[in-house]
Amino acid sequence: MRIPCPYCGERDAHEFSYLGDATLTRPDPAAADAEQAFHDYVYLRDNPAGAHEEWWYHANGCRQWLRVTRDTRTHAISGAAPARKSGEPA
Amino acid sequence: MSATNRNRLSAGGLIDRNQTRGFSFDGTRHRGYAGDTLASALLANGVRLVGRSFKYHRPRGIFSAGAEEPNALVELRTGARREPNTRATVTELYDGLEATSQNRWPSLALDALSLNRFLAPFLGAGFYYKTFMWPAAFWEKVYEPIIRRAAGLGRAALEEDPDHYEKATAFCDVLVIGAGPAGLMAALTAARSGARVILADEDFLPGGGLNAEAGDVDRQPAPAFAAGIAAELASLPNVRVMTRTSVFGVYDGGTYGALERVSDHLAVPAPFQPRQRLWRIVARRAVLAAGATERPIVFGGNDRPGVMLAGAVGTYVQRHAVLPGRNIALFANNDGAWRDMLAAQAAGAHVETIVDVRAEVAPELIAAAQAKGIRVLKGAQVIATHGRTLRSLEVATASGTERIAADTLAVSGGWSPCVHLTCHHGGKPAWNEDIAAFVPGTCPPGLSVAGAAKGILGLGACLRDGAETGAESARALGFTVPAHEVPEVADAAFALTPFWHVEGSKGAAFVDLQNDVTAKDVGIAHKEGFRSVELLKRYTTLGMATDQGRTSNVTGLAIMASLTGASIPETGTTIFRPPYTPVSMGALAGHHRGKDFRPVRLTPTHEWARAQGAVFIETGAWLRAQYFPRAGEKDWLETVTREVTAVRASVGLIDVSTFGKIDLQGRDVGAFLDRVYINGFAALAVGKARYGVMLREDGLVMDDGTTARLSPEHYVMTTTTANAAKVFQHLEFCLQVLWPELDVALSSISEQWAQIAIAGPRARDVLARVADGDVSNAALPFMGAVEGTVMDGVKARLFRLSFSGELGFEIAVPARHGAALAQALMQAGETFGITPYGIEALGVMRIEKGHVSGSELSGQTTAGDLGFGRMASTKKDYIGRTMAARPGLADPDRPAFVGFRPVDLSRRLRAGAHFLNRGAAPETANDQGYMTSVAYSPHLGHWIGLGLITRGPERLGERVRAYDPVRGEEIEVEICAPGFIDPEGVRLRG
Repeated sequence: MRIPCPYCGERDAHEFSYLGDATLTRPDPAAADAEQAFHDYVYLRDNPAGAHEEWWYHANGCRQWLRVTRDTRTHAISGAAPARKSGEPA
Repeated sequence: MSATNRNRLSAGGLIDRNQTRGFSFDGTRHRGYAGDTLASALLANGVRLVGRSFKYHRPRGIFSAGAEEPNALVELRTGARREPNTRATVTELYDGLEATSQNRWPSLALDALSLNRFLAPFLGAGFYYKTFMWPAAFWEKVYEPIIRRAAGLGRAALEEDPDHYEKATAFCDVLVIGAGPAGLMAALTAARSGARVILADEDFLPGGGLNAEAGDVDRQPAPAFAAGIAAELASLPNVRVMTRTSVFGVYDGGTYGALERVSDHLAVPAPFQPRQRLWRIVARRAVLAAGATERPIVFGGNDRPGVMLAGAVGTYVQRHAVLPGRNIALFANNDGAWRDMLAAQAAGAHVETIVDVRAEVAPELIAAAQAKGIRVLKGAQVIATHGRTLRSLEVATASGTERIAADTLAVSGGWSPCVHLTCHHGGKPAWNEDIAAFVPGTCPPGLSVAGAAKGILGLGACLRDGAETGAESARALGFTVPAHEVPEVADAAFALTPFWHVEGSKGAAFVDLQNDVTAKDVGIAHKEGFRSVELLKRYTTLGMATDQGRTSNVTGLAIMASLTGASIPETGTTIFRPPYTPVSMGALAGHHRGKDFRPVRLTPTHEWARAQGAVFIETGAWLRAQYFPRAGEKDWLETVTREVTAVRASVGLIDVSTFGKIDLQGRDVGAFLDRVYINGFAALAVGKARYGVMLREDGLVMDDGTTARLSPEHYVMTTTTANAAKVFQHLEFCLQVLWPELDVALSSISEQWAQIAIAGPRARDVLARVADGDVSNAALPFMGAVEGTVMDGVKARLFRLSFSGELGFEIAVPARHGAALAQALMQAGETFGITPYGIEALGVMRIEKGHVSGSELSGQTTAGDLGFGRMASTKKDYIGRTMAARPGLADPDRPAFVGFRPVDLSRRLRAGAHFLNRGAAPETANDQGYMTSVAYSPHLGHWIGLGLITRGPERLGERVRAYDPVRGEEIEVEICAPGFIDPEGVRLRG
């Protein structure tokens, strides 16, 4: 698999490590349902057949976490964007 | 040697008669020529029997002239380089080659196990599953060893492979797979557009089918035409021609796996050259021009040496100038095979008879054959063969059965395009009625197919299709393709009548020669319900092993289709997966074997430690000093005890550079640390360090370490050695994904700083002689952290930390000064008898002190389990806090961290022993926890342990059993507080 790193260019997937679903948001620990929300956040994952947004870490490159869109059926990668949007401190 | 090359034509072929190549087969010496394969050289020397079959030990000969070979598998080379199951048909002949036949005992000609042939009625499909059922215990001890002795093929070398293997990566615009007519033209048109082209071909000579072609192309002999194009390609700077290279797999993102046989054609690789090289080729587009494989017709006795694919006969005659036999017959269902025979006849072979299953054959072919004196039998079938190696055939014609003399039977049932690579992404091939074969269906992205691989069977059409596909691929990438001319070759029509199996023929009729699967076995599979092709394959082993059914798959499923009444496309094929051809384990491993399995990281003081006589041990990726034995010490325990005693009595030093070291800078570091550690860091003062524990988001402990604040916006963190990379990645995730608003920048400085710990009552005295500034208790109190210099001006960071329970310091200097620092400390400590110690002594002292380490940070323990419950802040959120409160993790019955001592102090403790209450049966239900770490304590003079036991801290003084069924030991232990030395911490604050 080849991942188009926005900083380093297209690189082999071996340079990256995988984390999983990038659409999840860490719940508010102060919320009333925090326990259930954290349970879902830590353990529950969808397994879509098709486009999947997921975290990849460019460990052997720029050390940036990337939001990669991959088709789980074909491994076709349609995009990779930095986790940190521009303008935020780096 | 008078008979040497007796089957060689006096002229022609792509061999160099001036370069002889001596070789041996089963100890007999022969000679061939440069340009030969082992198979062509054996045939040239009249060797027709080359092996015994897998199951029935039937005599087998050479069946093909390429990678599809099912029969002619030999052991190549000897000793450590011995390589089993090597296909003679793709083995390039070299001087001194030694080959041995396989699977025969005592000799190839007289094989005792060929008795299996007479057992054939009992050895059919599913035989193993049905016969060796009872008694069950016999399988492993009796049946399997006997079967393994009787069946199976070559023997692997039992010594370490003396050669080395490489891995490499290449990039190109267009990868062309196969250098036959289509591949050469595709590469040429793409290359002329300026695209970067890689042309890979498994043969040592580019040209593919052109090298076995008798006619002219572009007003020159076909092989010369191929050589001309190959030479032009090789001269272009944007082209890399890779011969002896098999592309074996299509992976994601335009990545292709290829194996280059760099030195397989040499007795021994040249100095510094690998035996093979595994390529990862990243191509924007690819053209598959892998050609097609001829398939046989199944009939009784079709495995007899002398039965050979018709195209292979053509290849041996045209390319190698070898006559596979003196008297050739053809059995076919298509026109192409006729033309191969006519060309072979013209080149000097003697073709006596053509047997064709078709009642009608083009009159001009019949006329051409008869003009050359070839007898033609139409509407006829071969029903049996005779001879030790082939002597005669039985042919059934409309008028009866007749016996025909022949020492070689060329067989052709048509051609199957090599669609394998097109299926590697799950694409299914489609059935083409015209050629009665599977052709490519949906291809992997970026892969186009050209020529015979696409089902185009005709030289002129292949040349045109190759040029067009190459041009399309280049254009798709934005290259401008200059006008190109394709040589005209008039293609005769390809006529074929599908025919697979001679029903009612005599003797065993083999579908899969390599696995000894007969047409009858397919029938058994059908009868017993294993009708899906995937089940057929597994039940009969049809299509397995080195040839992966290259010549048998389609025939096998055609026979199954006729039994079920379904069509061939309805029956479908099994799934083709990588690799297309066998890839050696050596190539897949590359340099990563033995000591080079993975790189070892050395500490900055490695050479210094070696000079001190250290024994090293791998810990994670690092090689660290385990202990420093001295002359006269009888075992490691004596050495470690001396090192610990020296530290506790005076002073010692150890390299702790392997800890993960992370530099944190920014306005929000304090807030950030508060969110990743369970304890508070926001209030950490400049010049101070604090111990911290991190959880994973699921509430379990991830790591521990210290973080020091060097200046208001500058912190340094240490992690455990094992988790250095993981923690860094985690912190980056927290910063970049969870809290991008925080102003914090991280940098790994593990490699940049050497860090040495000194510990013991004399540690400050030693440090004072090395540090340039004040290191008194006032200037550097317990948990103090300051920047300064040592050794007259070397930048340093001084931390007053202790892992051993003694007065301790850690001194960090830029890595290049690490060894000098060790030497300076040794010199400074000489008067105190400073002692270098290794990680064994480090471990003993941390157990004596009751610190947790890797054995306790197991990924299954909570902060509460490890006694850090009260450290956890209740005033802030941090990673893992919410989940750590789950009932299961907060359960007071969980095993918790305490110390253990044997009741009988002379007994040794064992890590891994499980705790049982007194009187409880050793059952899982009664498990109270387990011993995580043990050590012999020089301080106390007996063994001590740390471990996790249910409600441990409430049970101090209680006696339980440490049960160790693995070692067969059980001893009584007493639960105690996990601090065996200086529990009040007087020493480290001194």
